[in-house]
Amino acid sequence: MTKRTPLDDQCDWNFDLLTQYQIEIERVAKHYRLDTYTNQIEVITTEQMMDAYASVGMPIGYTHWTFGKKFIQTEQNYKRGQMGLAYEIVINSDPCISYLMEENSMTMQALVMAHACYGHNSFFKGNYLFKSWTDASSIIDYLLFAKNYINECEQKFGISEVESCLDACHALMNHGVDRYKRPQKISLEEELKRQTDREEYLQSQVNTLWRTVPKGSKNIEDKKPSFPSEPQENILYFIEKNAPLLKPWQREIVRIVRKVSQYFYPQKQTQVMNEGWACFWHYTILTHLYDEGLVTEKFMLEFLHNHTNVVAQPDYNSPYYSGINPYALGFNMFIDIRRICEHPTEEDKLWFPEIAGSNWLDTLHFAMENFKDESFISQFLSPKLMRDFKLFYLHDDDKSSFIEVAAIHNESGYKKVRSALSEQYNLSNIEVNIQVVNADIDGDRSLTLKYTPHQSVPLADSKDEVIKHLYSLWQFDVKLVQENENGDDEVIARCPNVQQSSDREKAS
Amino acid sequence: MANFIDRRLNSKNKSTVNRQRFIKRYKSQIKKSVEQAINNRGVTDVDRGENITITKKDLSEPVFHQGKGGVKDRVHPGNDQFVAGDQIKRPPQQQGQGSGQGDASNSGEGDDDFVFSISKDEYLNLLFEDLELPNLEKNQLDKLIDYKTVRSGYCAEGVASNIDIVKSLQGSIARRIAMTSSKRKKLQELELELSLLVDDKLDHIQEIKNLKKEIEIINKKIAKVPFIDTFDLRFRNYTKQAVPTSKAVMFCLMDVSGSMDQATKDIAKRFYILLYLFLTRTYKTIDVVYIRHHTQAKEVDEQEFFYSQETGGTIASSALDLMAKIMDERYNENEWNIYAAQASDGDNWADDSPRCKKLLTENILPKSRYFSYIEITQRPHQTLWQQYKEVATTTDHFAMQHIKTVEDIYPVFRELFRKSKNKVA
Repeated sequence: MTKRTPLDDQCDWNFDLLTQYQIEIERVAKHYRLDTYTNQIEVITTEQMMDAYASVGMPIGYTHWTFGKKFIQTEQNYKRGQMGLAYEIVINSDPCISYLMEENSMTMQALVMAHACYGHNSFFKGNYLFKSWTDASSIIDYLLFAKNYINECEQKFGISEVESCLDACHALMNHGVDRYKRPQKISLEEELKRQTDREEYLQSQVNTLWRTVPKGSKNIEDKKPSFPSEPQENILYFIEKNAPLLKPWQREIVRIVRKVSQYFYPQKQTQVMNEGWACFWHYTILTHLYDEGLVTEKFMLEFLHNHTNVVAQPDYNSPYYSGINPYALGFNMFIDIRRICEHPTEEDKLWFPEIAGSNWLDTLHFAMENFKDESFISQFLSPKLMRDFKLFYLHDDDKSSFIEVAAIHNESGYKKVRSALSEQYNLSNIEVNIQVVNADIDGDRSLTLKYTPHQSVPLADSKDEVIKHLYSLWQFDVKLVQENENGDDEVIARCPNVQQSSDREKAS
Repeated sequence: MANFIDRRLNSKNKSTVNRQRFIKRYKSQIKKSVEQAINNRGVTDVDRGENITITKKDLSEPVFHQGKGGVKDRVHPGNDQFVAGDQIKRPPQQQGQGSGQGDASNSGEGDDDFVFSISKDEYLNLLFEDLELPNLEKNQLDKLIDYKTVRSGYCAEGVASNIDIVKSLQGSIARRIAMTSSKRKKLQELELELSLLVDDKLDHIQEIKNLKKEIEIINKKIAKVPFIDTFDLRFRNYTKQAVPTSKAVMFCLMDVSGSMDQATKDIAKRFYILLYLFLTRTYKTIDVVYIRHHTQAKEVDEQEFFYSQETGGTIASSALDLMAKIMDERYNENEWNIYAAQASDGDNWADDSPRCKKLLTENILPKSRYFSYIEITQRPHQTLWQQYKEVATTTDHFAMQHIKTVEDIYPVFRELFRKSKNKVA
């Protein structure tokens, strides 16, 4: 490769320099077939970064106290030096917005551009989850609509009304996601057009629903069809469509929270992959630039210093250990896939017959496009990487007095460790499984939800508070049941809480 | 392609609204915290901002999540000693992650308090929220203190920024009409004459020539009248109008006798500092008269009131005497809302207490809007309290409270100046 005059590696950045670097990075990204949305790179100050933090990555957030709390927390932690700010925030939108912090050095800005504007950006555009669940082109418009709508509601119905509705929705936010059904993409105009119709239609719909009481005692012996006919896991959706007394604007707010939750759902499922992909590309792109002679050694040293900090994985007994670092795992997995493709060992050929020796770029793109964390790990985690990370698998059953080491990084343990790690990223194991099983529409309109524990892990105490929030939306009795050893449903939380004695009451 | 946008100059306080919402929501907790904080303050720095502590429990946003127990499978990195089948003793159930059980995402339960600072303004607002001077009446037209600027017509002089264009041009038209009317009349006559001469069958060459010349002169004269003159300019006029304000005076009466020990004095001072902050913050135009007394009363300034060390025996009526005298001299009850706050340890010359009652009921209470008495003592009440008690049963605008410790100051203060529900008109 012909050596060229390197780009200026001064510490202070300026817009000319940013543009020069950006052009070079883009050229290399194209070379590696990274397909991205148009980049919109915004330079902001630390304070603005804290604002962005507070709104949990939404570029336009509606007004709510919880964001104020997050802001105060961030500010306090930052001021006391307990935490540094992230170098960047990137938003899954078209054009893809990334924030660069004013304080970063030129090297850091280049790193961030490669990481966010080409790494994350291409992931947002290419990964199947993002493709099918989020619509990058309409999200900004939708958030703007949500902000204005909530603002209007506050003016019409009072801040505290809207706030309590939002509080309740936030408590159930994780249960406002469709996991299997794919929502249709609709544009803002359609959304607005439908919204007015929906308000009126839904209300009338709900009223008639409650009027459909079966006539007479003719069928009383038959078991009445329960409603909903099948358990519903999307609690917020169920509320939006079926809560008897909600006002139209409250339904719309439930819908907004649900949509926002849905928008972030793919990000939760692809943390390791998304960060790993971005780290892999900032590393690959910048080393490529170095090989071309476009960046200097000084630049590379600063870059590598930061890079190794980001992808460091402390051991389990280190004071800095707080679980597996998704950056480290993801980055090393992508590096490892490239290695398997380019220099496969006998072991790799045995474990990965399809990809060993294949074109690494094709394989990497395939992996990025078609997997989420859980499947990505179970598909691509190699024995070599498990050895490098020295992974071991602890089985902790509260019935026994010991924690058992179930498997370690050896021949007999690879598969167990790999599937355990993959399960660890399976959201349906991490998030609790609570479904709406019955709404007694013919009787007292009480709502029954059922908690199905994963590996008999009980529900945390916060359930009582959440049930209160749910009650404020449903406005009739709400109870949460769990199946006990005898196969009966036992009430574990209810609102309004009648008496302690009735806790033992068996639900039908 | 990429677009760079410099957002650094955009507004940075995007979260301010949310922050205010947050403070509003947790007002009750924050207030509790403020109340605690006020007691920990030194006498001189009651009005700084404050670090507010709220326990995390109070601001939880609950979600369903998995609790402790059950079967948990976890993969950890950095194996240095284990082989499959090893059994490890369960670490004690505490926070910390000694053996690598730190799964932060699932068990986000800590009891750290949530600390943040509020500004001085936010702090004082919270401190004095819902407080007011009782029975305050806006009855005085005080020419010295409060004015409102109102429009009052137009005037011929003023600054350029106040020029009223419409009025000025109207003036200009009027002036031009006025100054040219006689000339126009003459012009009309001459023109008529001219047309007659022109139409005449005879030739009047010389006359026509003269007439035309005359018409030309008049036209020139008319054109010389200026389009706009300084004389035309009209300026919007503003005057200051006195508005009714409430003139109020607060008498602070403090006992500094020998029986008041340092702790008691400190409590009294704290009380008055609160009062002072409250008054200066809420009412811009209020007089404060400081009176300290032992056997003799003396009117002093703020500095001396709070910091002087002078002391002696106790005759409470001396202060009331002085107050009545000052009221007569300077604060006519028809013009002033008169308030008083008296602080004492209740120790008084026994014979003097009935005299205090008499002074109060006859000279002071009829003229004042509100009189509050606080007694700072840990001993049983003495004659002064008993005498005052009788006053309190018969009079609405007399209030008395008992302070035992520093913690009582703020609640008592709130009690004394609580906003009344049915406001006096």
